[in-house]
Amino acid sequence: MAERNDLIPIYIMGKRYDVPSSLTIMKAMEYAGYTLIRGVGCRGGFCGACSTVYRIKDDPKLYFGLACQTVVKPEMYLGQIPFFPAKRATYDIAQLQAQASTLFQIYPEILRCLGCGTCTKACPQELNVKGYMAAAMRGDIAAVANLSFDCILCGLCAARCPAEEPQYNIAILARRLYGRYLSPRSEHLHQRVQEIQQGAFDQALAELKSMEINALKERYKARPIEA
Amino acid sequence: MTYTAELLEQIKIVEATRPQRLTQTFPAMPLEERQELLKKFHPDYIESGMREVRIGSYKGKRMPNELADVIEGRPHVDPHFDLSNPDFETDVLIVGGGGAGASAALLAQENGAKVTLVTKLRFGDANTMMAQGGIQAADRAEDSPATHYLDVIGGGHFTNFPDLVEALVKDAPIVIAWLESLGVMFDKTPDGAMMEEHGGGTSIKRMHSARDYTGAEIMRVLRDEVRNRPNIEVIEFCPAVELVLDDGGAVCGAILMNFETERYFYARAKVVVLATGGSGRLHYQGFPTTNHYGATGDGLVLAYRAGAELAFLDTMQYHPTGAAFPEQILGQLVTEKVRGLGAQPVNVKGEQFVYPLEPRDVEAAAFIRECKERKLGVITPSGQPAVWLDTPMIDLIHGQGTIEKALPAMVRQFKRFHIDMVHQPILVYPTLHYQNGGVKIDADCHTSVPGLLVAGETSGGVHGRNRLMGNSLLDVCVFGRRAGLTAAQLAKERQPGKPTLAHLESWNRALDEIGVNGTVRSPILIPNYTRRQ
Repeated sequence: MAERNDLIPIYIMGKRYDVPSSLTIMKAMEYAGYTLIRGVGCRGGFCGACSTVYRIKDDPKLYFGLACQTVVKPEMYLGQIPFFPAKRATYDIAQLQAQASTLFQIYPEILRCLGCGTCTKACPQELNVKGYMAAAMRGDIAAVANLSFDCILCGLCAARCPAEEPQYNIAILARRLYGRYLSPRSEHLHQRVQEIQQGAFDQALAELKSMEINALKERYKARPIEA
Repeated sequence: MTYTAELLEQIKIVEATRPQRLTQTFPAMPLEERQELLKKFHPDYIESGMREVRIGSYKGKRMPNELADVIEGRPHVDPHFDLSNPDFETDVLIVGGGGAGASAALLAQENGAKVTLVTKLRFGDANTMMAQGGIQAADRAEDSPATHYLDVIGGGHFTNFPDLVEALVKDAPIVIAWLESLGVMFDKTPDGAMMEEHGGGTSIKRMHSARDYTGAEIMRVLRDEVRNRPNIEVIEFCPAVELVLDDGGAVCGAILMNFETERYFYARAKVVVLATGGSGRLHYQGFPTTNHYGATGDGLVLAYRAGAELAFLDTMQYHPTGAAFPEQILGQLVTEKVRGLGAQPVNVKGEQFVYPLEPRDVEAAAFIRECKERKLGVITPSGQPAVWLDTPMIDLIHGQGTIEKALPAMVRQFKRFHIDMVHQPILVYPTLHYQNGGVKIDADCHTSVPGLLVAGETSGGVHGRNRLMGNSLLDVCVFGRRAGLTAAQLAKERQPGKPTLAHLESWNRALDEIGVNGTVRSPILIPNYTRRQ
């Protein structure tokens, strides 16, 4: 392989590799020779598989990011957290009530939150984790649901929490309670489900299914388009 | 990584034509012109990218070279692998931990089956997780499943299997209500009405969304629900590498591999559901892809070797708007919702050249034509052709703050690389997105092999030769649920016979006969991205 002049040193779990400066952490690891099984998933910032903690030489601060979305920097010391054993409660969503006591019964540790904000600093989605934990302590399910909506369940918040909170698991409970019980009911949806179950569209569908292809094409072309 | 000075200059051209474009949208293309455009510019029609597969029931039919190589691969395990003591037994073995696998697990469990779900990477590492834009369902009073049917079948160029389309559109509102009952947070107005938009090829607004995390929201809820249910065991990092047949030719389990220790074992099951997703990571014709890391066509390989019939594997979907800049996110999805909300594709001269919401294959072909034939594309610093997608139009049409509210994932994605899509247009080019075809199924997810069901992207027929936006999340839920129900019913009836891997012996013989030298072992499980030293 030809010599390249864009290589920078990075340290993968303490070991030095020289990699092109334009790569993401994930691609840099592959460039270095790693075949990834853990710590890799969608490669597009949605799945939370590639949580990464890093530090830059001579800088005491810890940084957090997704390996697939973060470009390497010189003298970067990398560690991955592909799995974190946070507590996850088991429950039957259909048997719950959307009220504060439900949150506290399922996750009593909510009330142990110190409000220190370490979780917020660790969030690669830049969510206000401390804010939604405060909402959880108030029992405000809707606020937890909305503030946590963009969570990818990577687990970095829980990994850093001095109070040992499973923030992301608390958040999904709140979102599911909101989606099932608190979100305003969609009348037109339930009306349509009923019509389908009564067979209201069976005849129209049967007609389309049995249509000769040219007639079907004409029907398609003639269908009105909503503005 | 921010825009270069040259690109910033070119953005001024886009800004200059914006006021006029806000009042005028490029007209939709007549059906006849669509076909002509596709034949000239769509990657499916590039002869050198395709070849005929040489063995099995699909013999003589074309598929992309990269897929044919994998389909004609050698098995991982020896045909004499010891099957006398199954490592575990279950009623329903589900292979794949995406939306279809999770939906199947829930319905199979509800209908009385003992379920084991195995997945190659983590549970939820799937294209479902990455689907941003939405899910279709005809639930507005002015819409109807019949209209949805017409849109689906026209988008698929009238090649779709009618029974599957009927199932898709009829189950759609039921699926939305089911997801909501599990706690999925759909975008709604304060009175509870679903907020619905257009997608490419829809005649009426029926695209439901959960911001632009629609797939992620559905996947994380389904996953959470699976984990809450008794009688479902989930085993991660455990791909299936072969199906096991019984002496009557029916599927009776699978050979699994612990991906970390590379130990093989035999899981005996009364029914197997394959829900392994698509194959974008095979990078057909060298295209980048929006797909997750594990999308390597495993289910196709397994099902085909066991004798299942395939359909429509000569057609892949190239999403018109993959990110073309910056290079770090090349090929990643820019959701169609961006165009649904009004952003227009624009060439280097700041001109519109295509209706923004054609079916995906037509839209993608138009982008390729603009760059390759008309030479009116933008060239990025790495030499990648691209067209502009004029995202700032969205706030101008719908009011300030719309982009950040409706597309937080997209805004975040570009902001990470110092591009502000609220105020600056972004660069896009087609990217490999979806496997339109797959294993042939009927409306209850049966394949041509007894005991083997298939659901989701691994299956073929429902979308014909082209899938519309918002019908994939719908597909995985509709047919995942149907597969789960069918599997539970079948499990009650079926008593598998003596297990055998004899089909691998005949497979190997057939490969020998056509002179395949056996360098590819498939399923390949993960793409090879390691730099060769």
